Amino acid sequence: MVEITAETRDGIHELIVVGEIDASSSIHLDNAISATMENGHQKIMVNCEGLNYISSAGLGVFMSYLDDFEAKEVKFVICGLNEKVNHVFELLGLENLIKIVATKAEAQAYLNDSQA
Amino acid sequence: MIHRLKSQCSKKQLREIRAFVEKVLKSHEMPDIEAYQIVLAVDEICANLIIHSHHCNVEESFEVCIDYQDKEIIFEIVDDGLAFALNQYSEPNLKEIIRTKKKGGLGLMLVQRIMDKIEFTKRNNKNVCLLCKKIEGG
Repeated sequence: MVEITAETRDGIHELIVVGEIDASSSIHLDNAISATMENGHQKIMVNCEGLNYISSAGLGVFMSYLDDFEAKEVKFVICGLNEKVNHVFELLGLENLIKIVATKAEAQAYLNDSQA
Repeated sequence: MIHRLKSQCSKKQLREIRAFVEKVLKSHEMPDIEAYQIVLAVDEICANLIIHSHHCNVEESFEVCIDYQDKEIIFEIVDDGLAFALNQYSEPNLKEIIRTKKKGGLGLMLVQRIMDKIEFTKRNNKNVCLLCKKIEGG
């Protein structure tokens, strides 16, 4: 079960993810990112402070948009991963492919930094 | 003692499977982060089995068995769907996954990084996926 809410403030579109993302619920993350892209947002933050589980289905959703983010010059960042969830990203070395920061404040700073 | 759970081939069952595995691991006082990864590995195998071997047919079922021994934990996931051929699997390239926007292919990579041994065999006309994990300090 996962609940995803979206909020846009100061040009940053934030997806707040709460719950668990597995093979059953990853479709909701996919739909949320897809809608964000369709709406043309250029700065996207996925706030995972409330995410307590992720399987490869969820990781695969993030991976499937990386090419689009680059092609459309969308800045994308994930923040707030707890230790256990963060370790799943690290098992596959995804921290080298996806921008991941610890806090929401760091995510905002990254998205607002025109040099980054 | 061997712990068993029979499950329907539905993705909605994954949560219950994770809770079952977690409960067994916690009852043996396994540290949180290690238990979390093992739960993930079993979840990945079960998700693949439900989706690819049984096409999410809720009329079909499979069994998860956990044998918690002194030096290792042995998981068996037993079903009679389409068998998976591990020898035909090659680990996907992450850059290729990004380029093709393919959403699958990462699950078995995770299982291989978490577990010490993975085997897919046949026993009594059933498919058996065997996962072993050595226990820290065991």
